[in-house]
Amino acid sequence: MSMSVATESHRVESHRAESHRAVPVQMYTQPGHAGYWRKVWAIAAKDLRAEVRAKEVLGTMIAFGLLAVVVFGLAFDLRVPQGAMVAPGVLWGVILFAGVLGLHRSFGAEMDRHTLPALLLAPVDRSAIYFGKFLAQFVFLAAAVVVIAPAVVVIFNVNVLQGWIPVGLLLGLIGYTGVGTLFGALTAGIRARESMLPILLMPVMAPVFMAGIGLTANVLDGRTFVDFRHWLLLLGIYDVVFLTIAYLVFDMIWEDS
Amino acid sequence: MAAQPLITVRNLVKRYGRKPVLRGLELAVNPGQIVALLGPNGAGKTTLMRVISGLAKPDRGEILLGGATFQQAGHELRRYIGLVGHAPLLYDNLNGLENLHFFAAMYDIRTPDARIEWCLRTVGLWTRRRDPVRSYSRGMAQRLAIARAILHNPPVLLLDEPDTGLDQAGADLLHDLIHTLGASNRAILFSTHNLERALAWSDSICILQNGKIAYSAPAAALDLDQLHAAYAELHRE
Amino acid sequence: MSTTSLRRARSAGTSGLGHIGLLVLNIGAVIGMAGLMWASLLYALPASNLAGDEQTAQRIFYIHMGCNFGALAGFLVSLVGSVIYLVKRDLDWDRAAQAAIEVGTLFGIGTILTGIFWAKPTWNTYWTWDPRLTTSTITVLIYIAYLLFRNGIDTRQTRARFGSIYALFAFASVPLTYYSARWFRSIHPVVFGSDNPDAEGGFNIGVTMTHTLWIAVIAFSLLFSMLMLQRWRQLRLEDRIFELREEIE
Repeated sequence: MSMSVATESHRVESHRAESHRAVPVQMYTQPGHAGYWRKVWAIAAKDLRAEVRAKEVLGTMIAFGLLAVVVFGLAFDLRVPQGAMVAPGVLWGVILFAGVLGLHRSFGAEMDRHTLPALLLAPVDRSAIYFGKFLAQFVFLAAAVVVIAPAVVVIFNVNVLQGWIPVGLLLGLIGYTGVGTLFGALTAGIRARESMLPILLMPVMAPVFMAGIGLTANVLDGRTFVDFRHWLLLLGIYDVVFLTIAYLVFDMIWEDS
Repeated sequence: MAAQPLITVRNLVKRYGRKPVLRGLELAVNPGQIVALLGPNGAGKTTLMRVISGLAKPDRGEILLGGATFQQAGHELRRYIGLVGHAPLLYDNLNGLENLHFFAAMYDIRTPDARIEWCLRTVGLWTRRRDPVRSYSRGMAQRLAIARAILHNPPVLLLDEPDTGLDQAGADLLHDLIHTLGASNRAILFSTHNLERALAWSDSICILQNGKIAYSAPAAALDLDQLHAAYAELHRE
Repeated sequence: MSTTSLRRARSAGTSGLGHIGLLVLNIGAVIGMAGLMWASLLYALPASNLAGDEQTAQRIFYIHMGCNFGALAGFLVSLVGSVIYLVKRDLDWDRAAQAAIEVGTLFGIGTILTGIFWAKPTWNTYWTWDPRLTTSTITVLIYIAYLLFRNGIDTRQTRARFGSIYALFAFASVPLTYYSARWFRSIHPVVFGSDNPDAEGGFNIGVTMTHTLWIAVIAFSLLFSMLMLQRWRQLRLEDRIFELREEIE
């Protein structure tokens, strides 16, 4: 039997079991980059499909987000004359807290259902698992923001979806879910995962939070692009720096589970 | 052809904390060989499977699969392993078909439909393929777990108590499958608590004690009484 | 217990020479801090451009600065320890990182508290979202999270690995936090270098003040090294006790 495991060949011979009329396996001989991204997508699609079935994450994120917007709306109603004064902070604060509800499920659900080894056994670099989970979380949170942001518009009577704000939201969500997914993996196996994740995540999110609020406030004040482009730059730098670190360290998380 | 072992375990030491579970374990499984692993709970059967499959890291010693270590071959080596563990490793919100499609993608299977159909028919779940795994019984989930493990046709099969939860028909099916796969040059390592099954299904029997293989014998040379005696000798409590 | 275990237990602590070294360091730190108290309260002349409460409060600056210095040293050492741990997987580096973070966090809290006492007479408020204040507060919160996080992980190696990974993120976020906070708003006095027209509470530095600053740097370096090394040694012994206990079981 030829099994040159250490070589570049990725083909597994099909050992035809005649009595079973086994269907031979055809594998991509050189999975390479295409194979890597195919698996990233497979993991994300699997999470999205499971979410469509079970509705465990998105529902709670949206419900919490709406509730928080209403609570802040009431809290500031008597003392804040204009919604625009607090709307940026409310928008970003609510997104950060709502996001945690999904992030701790990302690897937590795999842990609770003992399915994590199924991912770890797959013949792919572990970073593909990270990017797949990241993609799914990004879609969840983006979907939640699509509901939360209009709620802020309605309750605070200010358009927080104008100009460059959606771009800022996009960059902010990438950084947030990027770091959050990795921290979700770090906390998946520990006691009190639900409370530990925000404690780890929130202070590291401070730059995203401040940049998001800074950008939103500047746009709402009608400033020109030159006045707030540094916030977009900061969000971009944050995304690049932290996704790179996450990519580099992710392999170490489950090296001995 | 001189049979090079598909699974080679050399001087394997694995600790949890400071407590050694495996202490210098040696094992070789040749192509076409079916090895039954016996031992009481906590003897290290699961740990051994986890270390061979690369899920856990050995503290000392070496694991070679087809002559390569994980250090040399990297993640591609995982393609050669099919594992059935204590947990079925299935997503219970997805149905049987979706589960196997997901794993087909993870193992780079090019045209998965026919292969998946064959796997599902082999384990007798084709008619239930569109039901969510949540609705499966323990035995059905175990059958699907077996289908998942053989989906990518791995040369090395690690089956950790694969007969748990299976009814008689399921156990017969697993027996058939193990034999067919063994006959086509796979290396199969399975653990069980059922001495009778160990004897009937395997070519050789290994009993774990004190983190080592304390007893090993070809299955053909043993009858059930002898095996019981050998097991009782090692594990008196 | 076997004699080898005993010998290893002893070597996990400190050898004779190391003991003397630590003792000298302890005494040095005490003398340094006493010297700093004298210099900051008596030797340093008051800042020429300040008066009243503000002038008195300004003397907290030496402690404030020293604490800040210690916190910075701690977080830098923790980065080095964490990176080396992830590369070499020697638990001693992880213990160094943990010791550095514990001591650094202590100094960080000191920085914030002295800052609050100083801010009231100078800025007429205890708290403001000044960039350095924001950054140090968030940094301290990050490292408190690090310590809590480690506490929740049972397996020793996992604790070290996850702690080190988090420490990388923690350290990388500090400069970004600083720049965002700086762009957010700023009223902090820039003591050295360029003059910030918006800064309130700035003061002129005289010769005695420069001397005192140097004393502060030396005293806090000694104090930091002493605390860090003692804690490092203590953690090493703690791990050793745990190992021995498991060996007995």
